[in-house]
Amino acid sequence: MNLRRFFNRRKRDADLASEIEAHLAMEAEENRARGLSPEEALRRAQIKFGSQRRVRESEWERSTMKLLDDTGRDLKYAARTLARAPGFTIAAVLVMALGIGANTALFTVVRSVLLQPLPFNQPDRLIQLYEQSPNGKRLYSYVAGGMYAAWKQQAPSVEQMAVYGTDSISLSGDGGPLPERIRYAECEWNLFPMLGVNLELGRPFVQSDDRPDAPGTVILTHSLWVRRYAGDKAILGKTILLDARPYTVVGVLPAWFSYPDQTTQLWAPIYHEKSPAEMRQIDNHNYFVIARLRPGATMAQALSEVDTAEKRVHNDSRNPFVGSAASARTLLDGLVHDAKTQLYVLLGATSCVLLIACLNVANLLVARSASRRKETSIRAALGGSRLRLLREQVAESLALSIAGGVLGLPLAWAGVRWLVQARPDIARASSIHIDLESILFGLGIMALSGILAGLIPAASLLRSPLLEPLQESSRTNSAGQSRARLRRILLAGEVGLTVVLLIGAGLLLKSYQHLRSSNIGCDPRNLLTMHFSLPGARYDTSQKVAAFYEQLLPPLRALPAVKSAGIATALPAQGYGGDSRFTIPEHPAPPPGTQLDAIVRGVDPGYFSAIGIPLQRGRSFTNSERLDKSLSVIVSDSFARQYFPNEDPLGKHVKALDFQGVPPQGFEIVGVVGNTLWSLADDETPTLYFPLYSGGWPSASIAVRSDLDVASLAAPIEKMIAQIDPDLPVADVLTMEQSIGKSTLDASFTSILVLAFAAIALLLAAVGLYGVLSYLAAQRTSEIGIRIALGAQRSSVLRLMLLDGLRPAAAGLILGLVAGAFAVRLIRSLLYATNPLDWTIFAEVTVVLSLVAALACAVPAWRASRLNPVQALRLD
Amino acid sequence: MTRKVQPNSEMVQGTLDMLILRTLVLGPAHGHTIAHVIEHTSDNVLEVEQGSLYPALHRLEDRGWLASYWGLSENNRKAKFYKLTAAGRKQLLAEASRWRQMVEAIGRVMGETLN
Repeated sequence: MNLRRFFNRRKRDADLASEIEAHLAMEAEENRARGLSPEEALRRAQIKFGSQRRVRESEWERSTMKLLDDTGRDLKYAARTLARAPGFTIAAVLVMALGIGANTALFTVVRSVLLQPLPFNQPDRLIQLYEQSPNGKRLYSYVAGGMYAAWKQQAPSVEQMAVYGTDSISLSGDGGPLPERIRYAECEWNLFPMLGVNLELGRPFVQSDDRPDAPGTVILTHSLWVRRYAGDKAILGKTILLDARPYTVVGVLPAWFSYPDQTTQLWAPIYHEKSPAEMRQIDNHNYFVIARLRPGATMAQALSEVDTAEKRVHNDSRNPFVGSAASARTLLDGLVHDAKTQLYVLLGATSCVLLIACLNVANLLVARSASRRKETSIRAALGGSRLRLLREQVAESLALSIAGGVLGLPLAWAGVRWLVQARPDIARASSIHIDLESILFGLGIMALSGILAGLIPAASLLRSPLLEPLQESSRTNSAGQSRARLRRILLAGEVGLTVVLLIGAGLLLKSYQHLRSSNIGCDPRNLLTMHFSLPGARYDTSQKVAAFYEQLLPPLRALPAVKSAGIATALPAQGYGGDSRFTIPEHPAPPPGTQLDAIVRGVDPGYFSAIGIPLQRGRSFTNSERLDKSLSVIVSDSFARQYFPNEDPLGKHVKALDFQGVPPQGFEIVGVVGNTLWSLADDETPTLYFPLYSGGWPSASIAVRSDLDVASLAAPIEKMIAQIDPDLPVADVLTMEQSIGKSTLDASFTSILVLAFAAIALLLAAVGLYGVLSYLAAQRTSEIGIRIALGAQRSSVLRLMLLDGLRPAAAGLILGLVAGAFAVRLIRSLLYATNPLDWTIFAEVTVVLSLVAALACAVPAWRASRLNPVQALRLD
Repeated sequence: MTRKVQPNSEMVQGTLDMLILRTLVLGPAHGHTIAHVIEHTSDNVLEVEQGSLYPALHRLEDRGWLASYWGLSENNRKAKFYKLTAAGRKQLLAEASRWRQMVEAIGRVMGETLN
């Protein structure tokens, strides 16, 4: 009501004016009727009415909300002041916009990903249970099927438990679209009811689906249903082929369901997929376990129950590959844990930038208020209240931050869109969107930064006696010392924050470079890779599998642009690819309770030379080593060093325990090759290579080297594969460099963003330094003039001014180095092969900052030293 | 000649409001008429200070006791008319009864005429 009246003031006033006019006209008419002349009639009417202006003014005031009116006037005034310094204003608004935008965007992401509860029924009772890896390296690791069975029987504080695993599989069927390789998940039948997910279409799994002898059933995700089956409801009850085996579609998940990630496309019952023997194994760690706590039960209770069960199974088995400890975290935490540190680091960086931007604006306002001290004092002397003066100060910074916010909120929107597109791999990426809370947050930090930047300079208004400046003579040379001190403190803070950001960026960048330059063991340039899996239903014998590879390789190598080509079950830096326990018959058996374990690969005879892994000793495989004539093994250099430290490994044997049909005497070691990394971020692991043509390796990757642009080879190779097997989908067609880029995306993303923020911070700090020193120099113009007139050397003036500017920079630098040493602990988990207290980074930051500071100070200092003393003394 | 009394300055606050509401019981009217009616019915004892009439009208409208519209006066002049709302009628009843109590109470205190 009041507000409406306030904004309608003008119209109401006009109304009142015409109302009064009508009144006067009527009164005058009556007077005329009594016989007065028209002029006299009007005059009398006006006298009788009294002051029109007073009536209108009192009405105007009554409709006015004083605070709103004053604020509006202050903002208008501030906008005018700011418009007089457009360069500064534009820069400040842009920086504020960036700060507010980036913070709002990251807040949105953090809130959607880390803070919002999962969209499940009573998500606070859902937890995820893990085994700790037997070697103790991973606290939250996969769970073995047999261990899960043991947990399930001994966890009274858990209402329900469900197990699931993820894998990839070939999807085809009904002469529909091309076959494709997709990620899928296999789960226990009760998973969806436990989460409280209602299917969009069809029915959930039931217990009778979840048995080895049940007919195959699948539930599609919404995205797969729409993408591949055009959202056709008739898909229910239809049969599709997974790895060439028939499955009936029983349901479709709702669109919002994207657990555990967006790449998972369909679900199948786990006890139907996996053999009972596999689900009983206690040392084969493959699965994830979700549990719903009973009402009132705690996660700690559930954990201690499953941990007890785990320890009992471990002690009974005497098998070192059986885990001995369980761990637990909330389902949400389990899902988003990887993104957590990264997002908080980015949020920290953007907050720093916003804080620096505020300090910079505050700094400028201190300068402005200093140049207006006389005006302020006069106004105070004439009765201006401190509050009023304070408000004007804050209004200016508020105007800046409002403009920044107006630009920043669309920026935040664009930033969030970009982030979701650039990083679809972030957990819960699909749930990220700007909502009312984000906008309120943006408006909140807008107001907060405006008030903060305004209050710092205004604080001195409240402290210092207002009238003092009037008593200073115009020639006083120590004017405004307290303002200068305030500015130096602000500047030191700004430089300190910048140093922290620079250190963080430096460390992340160095870690990223380490990651990128880590030697994966082969030359990654001009190498095209692609992956496929031969479906077990059609490739049901070793002969068929081996024949496929033997059919594929010769024409592949014969393609015109192909320089060399090889096939391995997993290429360097493209994943773990599986391991096996083994023994060495020539050596004494390992002490009980310990077992030897190595990564295993199947490779074709030409693989090592094709991708450039050096053969150090012995020979590679031959084409005749196929099927049951596959009796030899090649070991990596690290394997040879670890297990044959003082002897020749060639001619010795390795018994791979997890292989079917192991030759009784074991595989003979025929060669030693260079080490390769299976993941950029993990340690090199001893590796065993077996002949691919044994036919026991149905899933493999092709690597092709060419002098031409390798990406152009993808189409001809895929066509060639289709000629051999038209139903075989090919996945992950990437150059090796792309694939490495993909696996270092996290590191490059975070380090580049933090570096960008650090660069902005550095620029802001430089601008701040320059501004402060220019201001100090201008303030001391007459003092410097006197010094020069009295014979001071220009060089000594230069030194004096430089020191004046560099002192706060040095203080900030020290502050930042100390704070940085503490702050780096927070990013330790993001660093790869990089010491968080790497002194070279700290030294580099010191050098860079000193250089930038010196440069920013040099200009105003040099200008001061060139001062013409006569002119300087004539000022004032 | 009778001494004129200006309600807003010398009489109890709010009396003007009550008088306006009372006047409008007879039907919608514009400001000039309202002032005239008050003056005439009081045999010119009460003189409405016209400067405070309009703020009073606006205040009453803001409170929802009056509604207004632009119309033509008896002389075909554009004028703003005010009329009583239901809430205004209720307010008038309340104020009138309060007024009566007040007058009786004051009357009792004052007793017989003093001259």
